[in-house]
Amino acid sequence: MKISGRIWKFGDNIDTDAIIPARYLNIWEPQGLAAHCMEDADPGFMKKMRPGDILVGGENFGCGSSREHAPIAIKAAGIACVVAKNFARIFYRNAFNMGLPIFESPELWGRVENGAEIEVDADAGLIRIVGVAADPLKIPPFPPFMQQLIAAGGLMNHIAKGRAK
Amino acid sequence: MTMTITEKILARHADLDLVRPGMLINARVDIALGNDITAPIAIDVFRKAGAKKVFDRDRIVLVPDHFAPNKDIESAEQCKIMRDFAHEHQISHYFEVGEAGVEHALLPEKGIVGPGDLVVGADSHTCTYGALGAFATGVGSTDLAAAMLTGELWFKVPETMKFVYHGKLRPWVGGKDLILHTIGRIGVDGALYRTMEFTGEAIRELPMSDRLTMANMAIEAGGKNGIFIPDAITEAYVRGRAERPYEFYSSDSDAAYHSVIEIDVGKIEPQVSFPHLPSNARGISQVGDVRIDQSIIGSCTNGRIEDLRVAASILKGRHAARGMRLIILPATPTVYRQAMHEGLFDIFLDAGAVISLPTCGPCLGGYMGILAKGERSVATTNRNFAGRMGHPGSEVYLAGPAVAAATAVAGRLAGPDQL
Repeated sequence: MKISGRIWKFGDNIDTDAIIPARYLNIWEPQGLAAHCMEDADPGFMKKMRPGDILVGGENFGCGSSREHAPIAIKAAGIACVVAKNFARIFYRNAFNMGLPIFESPELWGRVENGAEIEVDADAGLIRIVGVAADPLKIPPFPPFMQQLIAAGGLMNHIAKGRAK
Repeated sequence: MTMTITEKILARHADLDLVRPGMLINARVDIALGNDITAPIAIDVFRKAGAKKVFDRDRIVLVPDHFAPNKDIESAEQCKIMRDFAHEHQISHYFEVGEAGVEHALLPEKGIVGPGDLVVGADSHTCTYGALGAFATGVGSTDLAAAMLTGELWFKVPETMKFVYHGKLRPWVGGKDLILHTIGRIGVDGALYRTMEFTGEAIRELPMSDRLTMANMAIEAGGKNGIFIPDAITEAYVRGRAERPYEFYSSDSDAAYHSVIEIDVGKIEPQVSFPHLPSNARGISQVGDVRIDQSIIGSCTNGRIEDLRVAASILKGRHAARGMRLIILPATPTVYRQAMHEGLFDIFLDAGAVISLPTCGPCLGGYMGILAKGERSVATTNRNFAGRMGHPGSEVYLAGPAVAAATAVAGRLAGPDQL
């Protein structure tokens, strides 16, 4: 999997209330949630972003609520992937379970400015910053089980495959 | 080979003799929980996967509590999706309005969760049940769909951080103050992916309601679960309540921990966590002069009868400050009735409070106490992220019921001793 796109940079502890405020949790359809993606972190975000863009976060991205509405809103908004220093654990689970690509890179956040273009090569485990000559940043490989989840296209497909055997 | 209580419960549910931190396991789930916000997505995922039947209709719990009684048409539709699913699959633990309360107060009270259980809930505060000596953790809606279908789920065995609380509690200090102080020390990601095991002589004397408050907020330090070693207080709480056999586990004396953190509770005064992170905790003597518009007493963190008694002991014979909105939400119908019978409602009404219905409502900015731009609420809830209780420009100050009640009277952040 290779993903390239323009980044939107956010800080540490971007919580699920910032990603999708609870006042919109009376919505559960993906497109309805996407309309409010990142609204309380950056109110104009959905007007500025283009499908294929990438979110870059600091530490503990997605902390707070267990709401899967958060990765659903991000994915339905057309965000190609999220790269953060690290992720809150329920957000991390949810992303793999429902098929939003996420990557951990402790280094990227400090190396890029908002609006930069990056290329994520998931198979090679590398992130390149477009127009920067430095060596690509390494991203640690996912554990084998998480790779199976990704390959299956999420948890329910993974379970279905297991049951079909 | 030695293990912690968390490792033992996970090993048992995975049919393994031994687990170690970092292992990925598939484990049986005793109870899978959803609410009116998270269950509709889980039900959609369940149906789209072609699933026809739940693994066990007695092991799934569905509680309309977040935006119920229905706050608007969209919420009504979501509750209906869950209600229809519950009827279709004859879910035995579905609670209609009138029976329902805030889920994490309701499940322990009804004995649906017990010591030694492995519980998953599509709600981050599912970690509350660790107070009973269960492994309980919040998951997403797809996880809930998988658990409803298979009765199993994947877990990464967490490392455990041991918190040892020494000494005697000061007056007006309870479980909320201990956990806010703890999160203040380690930060909102201080226990990321890890277990918080609460131990020490101060914990051994701590009532169950305070333990539930502490375990409830393990997630606010990033924790996977919070857990207490069950003891005589646990036994007294679950006896006659538990609807299934339960089992007490404990950590081996030489079990391996990620770290051990010692805390002298005698140095902890009533705490307030300032906007916009639960880790911005400070003692009541350090809060300065902060005018407050609203006081919320309730939630899965502090909506039990013991919390209402603390609030009533301060509000008795007093009145909320002019302009203060004091809103009290008993967390379950049983708590509601008990508070009424004990005369707490008269105390609250005389103090100028409004007594709300059992709902999560204002905690997550749903309804029943939403803040306008620039307004401030003290709240016994668990999160104070920007916009959590309403307008993104409003502020939430987290505290226990004593500080929330005293603040309602004073009109500004205050502890009971400052009245």
